[in-house]
Amino acid sequence: MSAELSELAAGIEAKRPDCVLSKAVAFGELTVEVALSSLVGIVDFLKSDKTYRFATLVDITAVDYPEREARFDMVYHLLSMHRNRRIRLKVAVHENEFVPSLTDVHASAGWFEREVFDMFGILFSGHPDLRRILTDYGFQGHPLRKDFPTTGFVEVRHDEELKRVVYEPVKLVQEYRQFDFMSPWEGANYILPGDEQAGAKD
Amino acid sequence: MMDGKPDDALTGERKLRNFNINFGPQHPAAHGVLRLVLELDGEIVERCDPHIGLLHRGTEKLMESRTYLQNLPYFDRLDYVAPMNQEHAWCLAVERLTGTEIPRRASLIRVLYSEIGRILNHLLNVTTQALDVGALTPPLWGFEEREKLMVFYERACGARLHAAYFRPGGVHQDLPPDLVDDIEVWADEFPKALADIDGLLTENRIFKQRNVDICIVSQQEALDWGFSGVMVRGSGMAWDLRRSQPYECYDEFDFQIPVGKNGDCYDRYLCRMAEMRESLKIIKQACEKLRAEPGEVLARGKLTPPSRGEMKTSMEALIHHFKLYTEGFRVPEGEVYAAVEAPKGEFGVYLVADGTNRPYRAKIRAPGYLHLQAMDHVSKGHMLADVSAIIGTMDIVFGEVDR
Repeated sequence: MSAELSELAAGIEAKRPDCVLSKAVAFGELTVEVALSSLVGIVDFLKSDKTYRFATLVDITAVDYPEREARFDMVYHLLSMHRNRRIRLKVAVHENEFVPSLTDVHASAGWFEREVFDMFGILFSGHPDLRRILTDYGFQGHPLRKDFPTTGFVEVRHDEELKRVVYEPVKLVQEYRQFDFMSPWEGANYILPGDEQAGAKD
Repeated sequence: MMDGKPDDALTGERKLRNFNINFGPQHPAAHGVLRLVLELDGEIVERCDPHIGLLHRGTEKLMESRTYLQNLPYFDRLDYVAPMNQEHAWCLAVERLTGTEIPRRASLIRVLYSEIGRILNHLLNVTTQALDVGALTPPLWGFEEREKLMVFYERACGARLHAAYFRPGGVHQDLPPDLVDDIEVWADEFPKALADIDGLLTENRIFKQRNVDICIVSQQEALDWGFSGVMVRGSGMAWDLRRSQPYECYDEFDFQIPVGKNGDCYDRYLCRMAEMRESLKIIKQACEKLRAEPGEVLARGKLTPPSRGEMKTSMEALIHHFKLYTEGFRVPEGEVYAAVEAPKGEFGVYLVADGTNRPYRAKIRAPGYLHLQAMDHVSKGHMLADVSAIIGTMDIVFGEVDR
């Protein structure tokens, strides 16, 4: 399986050497990193080339790495029903960069890109209808960014006096419990609570 | 209105303008909380804009702050019509990353319950789609069978719907011995119930008028819009992950993949009916194998709790149990996409692990999301009344679309 995938990767790299930044086979899956500028080109190539025919767009999503300079990874999963192969494309994106939309190549990219925009705030150029999709009308913020709190910022309730739904800042009776299970013996890379003074001495 | 030029004499009604209506979110044919903004020209749909997200619970965000095991029950709440099939994808993803081999018996139980889930789903879909086009009796009959299946769920794991039965490393508990027999008895009786529903619908004049040649999906459209499951099989493509990319032990079961010819609602209905019969075959084979092969149902190791008996006698086992249910297990760094052939189509989980006890990112790929996306494309030019037939045939459940 993995030999075939490496062959597939090598074939793609040979045909489009300018697009492929790196390739890796792990857990029986092929991941190809491509440059942002060549994204649409390579997806179109994979779709139309008769030897690959990655005609189904399975999924588009993003992963947030706040500490990285290029903050987001756009992740594209493609499937070739004809060749029974899957491929994953990854593109590193800066926070203020536009990602070219795939809607012209794959019609199904529309909602995926809307979702990524909604959840991560990544903007797509050339998208016909870039609105929020899953969150509330008038929602602010991008929930799947790592700096967005799980509790959110507003809560809604129906107000009996006003006879309508009102938005209020989140009030928690108990603080949201986020247990830290990183073992201090295995090297947590931050100062443990109570350990602040240990560092202050020297 | 009468002053000025003669043109102005047209009444408001005669100055024709397309009519916008809201379909849902409280419409019974919207299968949950779907709001469609429809632009109509007379009774013809010109544009259809689905507004989704009314059932958005932030599952993916919540999953990032919970352990791998705590995340499992969220999957029951996605497609709540066939809960265990979703859990399956999550378990496969975790097992692939950790390199866990599950015991043979667990694998058989998973196949058995995935197929029960498929019948649960198709029963609901076929009968409620019939309800959407005007037949009241099929859901009443179909739900009676669903009830029996949910009892099988309950007897295996204690819950009728939110099972949390498949665990990374196997299944939570072994089946009680008489359960396998009862499932087999049911599998012998079910074809009769299915034939009853079949007799009500398949040659029914109204049902055919409402479904034949409605929402025809060509093979190219199915590819372009990323369809999966019955939505591609109805169009004549024999694409089924159980066959093409076998997971678990599906490769040793004998079953057919029914495909449609015309790609319309009626063909998809026939596909679903045929799939239920194929699932029955798998269930019977699985029952036979389960009876012949007793054994462990959990791969004992880091991922799974020690046996109850061991816990009472061994201190290490007790510590392991405590650590597993508080801290949870660690999953090595890596990323994986695990997909299963859920009843609705390809249900996938893209899991990014960073080596801690919580997923760094989990993306749930729901088949219904893509099907609903194509709503504008496929409903264009159809009558308003067909919209509910189309929603029905797409097999949309909002738990998984909105996540």
